[in-house]
Amino acid sequence: MRTGLIALALASLAAVFAACLLGPTQMSVERVVLALLGLGAPGDQLVVVQIRLPRALAAFAVGAALGASGAALQGLLRNPLAEPGVLGVSASASLAATATLYYGLAAISAWAMPVAAISGALAATTLIALTALRTASAVTLILIGVGFSSFAGAIMNLLLNLAPNPFSLADMINWMLGSVANRSFHDLALAAPFLMAGLLILFISRHGLSALTLGEEAASGIGLDLKRQRLLVVLGTGLATGAAVSLAGVIGFVGIVAPHIVRSMVDHDPARSLLPAALLAGLMLVLADIGVRIVPTSSELKLGVLAALIGAPAFIWIAMRRRTVHD
Amino acid sequence: MTNSQHTPSRVLNKGHELVVSGLTLRAGGVTLVEDASFRLRSGELVALLGRNGAGKTSLLRGAIGIAPRTSGQSRIKDEDTARMPSGQRAKHLAYLPQNRPLAWPNPVRDVVALGRFAHGVALGRLRGVDAQAVERALIACDLQDLAERSTATLSGGELARVHCARAFAAEASLLIADEPVAELDPYHQFRVMELIRNYVDQGGGALVVLHDIVLARRYATRLIWMKDGRIVADGPPEATLDADRLAEIYGVRGHIEDTRVVIDGPL
Repeated sequence: MRTGLIALALASLAAVFAACLLGPTQMSVERVVLALLGLGAPGDQLVVVQIRLPRALAAFAVGAALGASGAALQGLLRNPLAEPGVLGVSASASLAATATLYYGLAAISAWAMPVAAISGALAATTLIALTALRTASAVTLILIGVGFSSFAGAIMNLLLNLAPNPFSLADMINWMLGSVANRSFHDLALAAPFLMAGLLILFISRHGLSALTLGEEAASGIGLDLKRQRLLVVLGTGLATGAAVSLAGVIGFVGIVAPHIVRSMVDHDPARSLLPAALLAGLMLVLADIGVRIVPTSSELKLGVLAALIGAPAFIWIAMRRRTVHD
Repeated sequence: MTNSQHTPSRVLNKGHELVVSGLTLRAGGVTLVEDASFRLRSGELVALLGRNGAGKTSLLRGAIGIAPRTSGQSRIKDEDTARMPSGQRAKHLAYLPQNRPLAWPNPVRDVVALGRFAHGVALGRLRGVDAQAVERALIACDLQDLAERSTATLSGGELARVHCARAFAAEASLLIADEPVAELDPYHQFRVMELIRNYVDQGGGALVVLHDIVLARRYATRLIWMKDGRIVADGPPEATLDADRLAEIYGVRGHIEDTRVVIDGPL
């Protein structure tokens, strides 16, 4: 477990460094290292520290937020298919973020976008958690999540449909497709407080997720405060997912795939899956973001598109292999 | 029939008592439990009997303090279970609910270790008294050989023992079990009841919902009979179990021969 975490952390660092090597300006390893240490030529510093590093860090932060949110939601809802994207949390966050673009609020205050995205995510997570109280069926819950996603998508399409000019249209499409291109340290700084707070809340409340393995009734029997647990997970995933969406738009499925991969390594304990799932999801998005830059396409592939291209089939595969005994 | 008698589970804080008085639960205009009062002491194995829908599970949940009550109290050590912090309550009172879905295929040892949740146990970091309590519970339920197995690979009888071990691992002074032998074969029904009796012999107090009157007659020191949300009788089997009671509670014709219960058929 510990060696696995260290390996994941080291791999993530290596991936972020590799991401700093890539770009239209060819640079040697030595020049990149010097730039990262603040000793390089001013031009190199600008390219590496102001452009490539924040982009890689944004990819990692978004992945970590979605991976931890996915693992926590799966623990709370006791369902391996739960994830911010599938449950419509990301779509709701992105809808709220897009609305600030549409109404021009994003231009008024830099905080409008992250705050809107987080509010959207919190609202959707709360609704999902409330629904989970009423239905024991995992399938019903996923279907309701699909409904949320579709509805948020429909309103989003409406906004696109009514977009006042091609510029805001392009802006909004960027959000919907999901990307960390051209993110700056300023963008990171806006999202970071929410993202960190969300991750911290999830991490603090993680042991309650182990208790939920027994079902809600037995979990409260062994001393879990169910209301508090639900509240903390809703709050944590809302903050983390909302912050991730404000940084990169909608990036789906990474929150399902990463926890699924680490689960058997932590004896299927949702509490212990949180940290490795966050690290692995971060690593996966940094690698995917390297991928979109390496793949020779006429215009750059969006990160969210690549994540869905890989993640959606993985989701189907996990769903098909799932034991159906609990439904 | 079991080797668990040699290595029984341990019970701490013996002598605690659950005192339920005037408990009433209503939900959506329906009365689930009406003015129910009873006590559960250490050294007692109490069977809660009644038809499906008589209010047994609601009574248990109300007594534990996890279902909203309309009125009444339920106290351990003069403190109401509904107002105790859930962790503190769990240290006094272990609960085995009727539905026991396991969400993930965890190893047996981890599921049993969750019985120590109120003691601050985190899975994968089991140490000291907690590790010892889990080990004792595994031994008591004869699960040592299955400890590292995934629960997804166990039979129904083995799983029932895992759930018992989980409840025993808390080493709480009281145990409430809702139909712990449902869906088990006759051998495992006896097996689980033996485990609960061992727990009581160690000084625990157990309240167990049963649908098998023969098992109740054999193991229980006291029977609580429920009908339509009310407790209609509470006393030792010799005093409360007779043909009239079987007719009143279950609508079946039966008779008692010494300590044997014979059910002849529906009325």
